[in-house]
Amino acid sequence: MSFLPDHALDHLRQVTETPDFSNTRYRIEAELGRGGMGIVYQAWDSQLERAVALKVMDAGYAINQEGKLLAQLEHPGLAPVYDAGSLADGRVYYAMRLIQGRSLDEFLRDEPSLTARLRIFQKICDAVAFAHHRGVIHCDLKPQNIMVGDFGEVFVVDWGVARTLESGPLPSAGTPHYMAPEQSGHGGPPLDVRTDVFALGRILQDLMPPAPPRPLEAIAQKATEPDAAGRFADVARLAADVNLFLAGLPVTAYRDTPLERLVRFCRQNQVLLLLVGSYLAVKLLLFFLAPH
Amino acid sequence: MPYDSDTAIGGPHRPFPTTRHSLIHCARGTGTLAREALDGIVEVYWKPAYKHVRIQWRRSNEEAKDLVQSFFAALIEQQILSAFEPSKARFRTYLKACLDHFVMKQDESANRLKRGGGTIVLFDFDAAERELAGSPSVEDVFLREWQREMFALGLQDLRSLCAAQGKTLQWNIFEQYDLAGDARPSYAVLAAEHTIPVTSVTNYLAWARRELRRLVLLRLSSVTSGDPECQAELHVLFGK
Repeated sequence: MSFLPDHALDHLRQVTETPDFSNTRYRIEAELGRGGMGIVYQAWDSQLERAVALKVMDAGYAINQEGKLLAQLEHPGLAPVYDAGSLADGRVYYAMRLIQGRSLDEFLRDEPSLTARLRIFQKICDAVAFAHHRGVIHCDLKPQNIMVGDFGEVFVVDWGVARTLESGPLPSAGTPHYMAPEQSGHGGPPLDVRTDVFALGRILQDLMPPAPPRPLEAIAQKATEPDAAGRFADVARLAADVNLFLAGLPVTAYRDTPLERLVRFCRQNQVLLLLVGSYLAVKLLLFFLAPH
Repeated sequence: MPYDSDTAIGGPHRPFPTTRHSLIHCARGTGTLAREALDGIVEVYWKPAYKHVRIQWRRSNEEAKDLVQSFFAALIEQQILSAFEPSKARFRTYLKACLDHFVMKQDESANRLKRGGGTIVLFDFDAAERELAGSPSVEDVFLREWQREMFALGLQDLRSLCAAQGKTLQWNIFEQYDLAGDARPSYAVLAAEHTIPVTSVTNYLAWARRELRRLVLLRLSSVTSGDPECQAELHVLFGK
């Protein structure tokens, strides 16, 4: 074989990487992103005449586990799977809804208010809690795997390393910063819903301002406890605590100091305190002004 | 692949070759099988090693020839591969580190094996030198040349496959289009030249690319320690 010049090498690398969808209903339009297990493309479904997202798994992923898992999960926060199949070169793919939006980390660049961020966080929790209810744990939750739509819709994507709760131990997979200690794969405790609670705690930390309110900080801290037993037992409890924080109520993860309790009481009873204060002020005024 | 039947062409139901008995595992043993496996590794890596020494270590072609021959001789004689631990590094990274270490040690001791003085591994250094003349310097020569060699060997396998299966037309179209220089002919031109429909050009190209990918993956699986490393290297080989 004669020498392969750079331009020929680059061309071959590209044409052998691009999946061949020529005998299918899909036409590749653009690459959207690539992860540890495959590449996601924007494609056109010529049969139904709509844009879709096509995930083409790397060679070797013979069982389209992600597609099967996702197909079992129907929730507004999860991209529905439309179709699945195999390419002529053996790679498996599945088509799913093309989500128009930005990843969570891109969303955060616009510096939305803390309340807006926490509302998004609750929607993430809703989707993940639903998956848990169906016996599926995501195992790779991170801002890049959360899509936020223009109208505040939230989608949890990339279920490539997701596991059913009945599955055996997972080999080390995920993104280190968001991985719970038990995901290190060194014979630790089995993975369960608290594995995702850990990642959600990390995401919550990403959402917090530099000097976060102490109760919120405590929620994130409890969610990211190295020992799974110290974390929230499930995502619903984590979401409930965030909800309490948003409502200005005491959270379970944090014990208020007496001063904080007093401040909270005052905030929650502002009208009553104003009325009582006004009443007392008037009484005091009348006491001094009245002839003795 | 005489080393392991699992890594032979497996058909559409074996999209990814089994790598449990890769060349690396075989090469760590002894006997004829190990020697053949080592030859397979050397086939993939001698050019990347030579060009790496020439460019990154700024050695003359004569020095680089000595060093690379000595390195692969040492690889064979000193069983350097037996120290390779897949959990710590990719094989490509390990081999490059070994080569760098070897060059440094040779510098220190100035005790390089002279050509003709030890186990001789014969390479076509003149061809590699000609290639260097036309190859611009890149940041990581070893990686780039490894990619080039993997594809060059894959192309060699594809051409053999086409010849064996009587698919000369497919090869010719693939060569005229995908291996062309800047002036790539259109599908219509190729179709007219070979008096076949344009759709056949599309199909032949798709087939050849698919086969090339599979053959390169076979090569890749043989020079990696197992599936996890193979998956990781796959992104380096095909990725952007």
